[in-house]
Amino acid sequence: MLETVVIPLLKIAVLLNAVLVSVTFLVLMERKVIAWAQSRLGPMRVGPYGILQAIVDPIKLILKEDITPVKSDRYLFTLAPIMSLVPALVVFAVVPFGPDPLYYVSDINVGLLFIVSVTSIGVYGIILGGWASNSKYPLLASLRASAQLISYEIAVTMTLVSVILTAGTLSLVEIVETQEARGVWFGFIQPVALVLVFIGGLAETNRAPFDLPEAETELTGGFHTEYSGMRFALFFLAEYANMIVISAVVVLLFFGGWLRPFPSVSWLAFLDFVPSWIWFIGKIFAFLYVFIWIRATLPRYRYDQLMGLGWKVLIPVAIGNVVLTAIMKVLF
Amino acid sequence: MTVSVPRASVSAFDTNELVINMGPQHPSTHGVLRIILRLDGERVIDADCVIGYVHRGIEKLCENRDWTHIILLTDRMDYVAAATNNLGYVEAVEKLMQIEVPRRARYLRTILAELQRIASHCLWLGTHAMDIGAMTVLLYTFREREFVLDLFEEYCGARLTYNAMRVGGLPLDIPPGWDAKVRTFCDLMESKLGDYEQLLTNNRIWLQRTRDVGVISGDEAIGLGLCGPPLRGSGVSRDLRKDEPNAAYDEFEFDIPLGTRGDTYDRYLIRMEEFRQSIRIVRQALDGIPEGPIMGKVPRLLKPPAGETYHAIESPKGELGYFLVSDGKSTNPYRFRVRPPSFCNLQGLKRLVKGHLVADVVALIGTIDIVLGEVDR
Repeated sequence: MLETVVIPLLKIAVLLNAVLVSVTFLVLMERKVIAWAQSRLGPMRVGPYGILQAIVDPIKLILKEDITPVKSDRYLFTLAPIMSLVPALVVFAVVPFGPDPLYYVSDINVGLLFIVSVTSIGVYGIILGGWASNSKYPLLASLRASAQLISYEIAVTMTLVSVILTAGTLSLVEIVETQEARGVWFGFIQPVALVLVFIGGLAETNRAPFDLPEAETELTGGFHTEYSGMRFALFFLAEYANMIVISAVVVLLFFGGWLRPFPSVSWLAFLDFVPSWIWFIGKIFAFLYVFIWIRATLPRYRYDQLMGLGWKVLIPVAIGNVVLTAIMKVLF
Repeated sequence: MTVSVPRASVSAFDTNELVINMGPQHPSTHGVLRIILRLDGERVIDADCVIGYVHRGIEKLCENRDWTHIILLTDRMDYVAAATNNLGYVEAVEKLMQIEVPRRARYLRTILAELQRIASHCLWLGTHAMDIGAMTVLLYTFREREFVLDLFEEYCGARLTYNAMRVGGLPLDIPPGWDAKVRTFCDLMESKLGDYEQLLTNNRIWLQRTRDVGVISGDEAIGLGLCGPPLRGSGVSRDLRKDEPNAAYDEFEFDIPLGTRGDTYDRYLIRMEEFRQSIRIVRQALDGIPEGPIMGKVPRLLKPPAGETYHAIESPKGELGYFLVSDGKSTNPYRFRVRPPSFCNLQGLKRLVKGHLVADVVALIGTIDIVLGEVDR
């Protein structure tokens, strides 16, 4: 009873809260980092250095009026934000924060496949949200989202195959353990795959420079144009939770998950006094910083250029990478 | 005998056009422009601009105002480039009344106009980049624009609507130390331009978004009545500062950058070069400010002789022309008509966007650099 129900439930509760709280602070981090990039201060009013902004923002969104447009499809309109948030949270069930079973909810032997399949459900939220709004800008945005997601999903999944070939397993815990055993992060063995997964990740989370589905200056907010209040907040939460998921995947696959830097160098063993989950979260936030940095720097791609990049560059390179990895695997 | 062959019925994959209403509350229409877009998927078939949301009847208002009071109303047309609006108007009246303007006043007017060009281009660059998704540039250019606004505030007390010129000269001389600050600004701006260019000029995404977008040939640009950077971007050398020099432009050396392809990227490069040329003009003017009065001999009550005049200057947006008619009896113009560059350039939008994608529409609104206050008046 304790082993099978209580402890997993406790873990889930802790994990969910941790993810949701880090999302709110991630929003603050984004505002702050972009502000610094733009020679501004960012939020400074609520609490010291605006730290409490992370709490005030969700409260504001919860208290706002939740409008359902008269001509919208009421049920889908309500369902869409939930559909985009839930998969983003479910994925964390298989994300290991450390080697010990205490640090993850479950270690299924097809963890990576689970992540890939569950995150792709999330796009239905965006598509349905755009459709159910019964409004033209959201419709265009959801068309963009579906096209974008499909193209980049292929590239990313294809790239993951090469990582799976390298690791020889689909379990995330074992992938990290393989990196420990080999004494090298896969980022150094598979640099091409790293770049592809990162770019694909940017596109799948609809982050700049691939933020076409919400392209504020083109589509006035895109798929969430008609959303307000808490439903809008759910989309928002989903986007940031997805960012964390992608960062976590990149860290697990290419940067040794919870491992300290240079796991094979023994004189660096003193770094082990830092708990594994701190290494993991630290690495995730380093990648989140890169996400935000990119958003502050780059212009937005155009729809056709985005598809061109996906189909003409990323997918061929991904396939080539898989083939190359397979050949290397057979030869050595 | 002919047999009529039944034509194939409408294809099962019939597609519909999507009519989408962009604006007047859209974030990237630079004010209250409304565009009715007819789309095939994301591709624009046709675009119709609807204007008039900030029509205040300035031309008619001016016909009931004193010749001096009108200066104040010209501020409100292109409100991000009020000084050049003032300049065009006061010079038109001076032309009508044949007033000689002191050389010092002409120099100071040139400095003000060129600072205004820099400020206006700062706003253009920021919003243009923002529309294409590079949001940091906006904050950077606004930081530099702020410096220009501070300079104007120190000169005439206002930050946006300056009312900074008078028929016959200037109301105020420059405050002590002002020219040194302008020099500081020129140096600062020159280094900051490098920052902007680093973010955009060779950025692959920026290039992809602007190269070959909205291409227009020189002949077509002339046919549409485009002016300013959109015209020069197509390789037509027409800059009124060189062709019909006003203020003190004939005394300075500067180049007119010209485009070769007539696309959005060329227009971007041209304006970036105009920043540098404006800095060059300001520096030359500061070096050679002559001593002397700042007001010419002007009667207390302006009453131009009966007649009409057209005077055009190169505003940051293009050719800004004033057509004035005086009946010689009253103290207000009989007819006041403006040729606003924004309005004329906006006419080109319909032609430019055809066949492009929705995302290009916002890039093209940015590239023609319109201010709706001037379009509608």
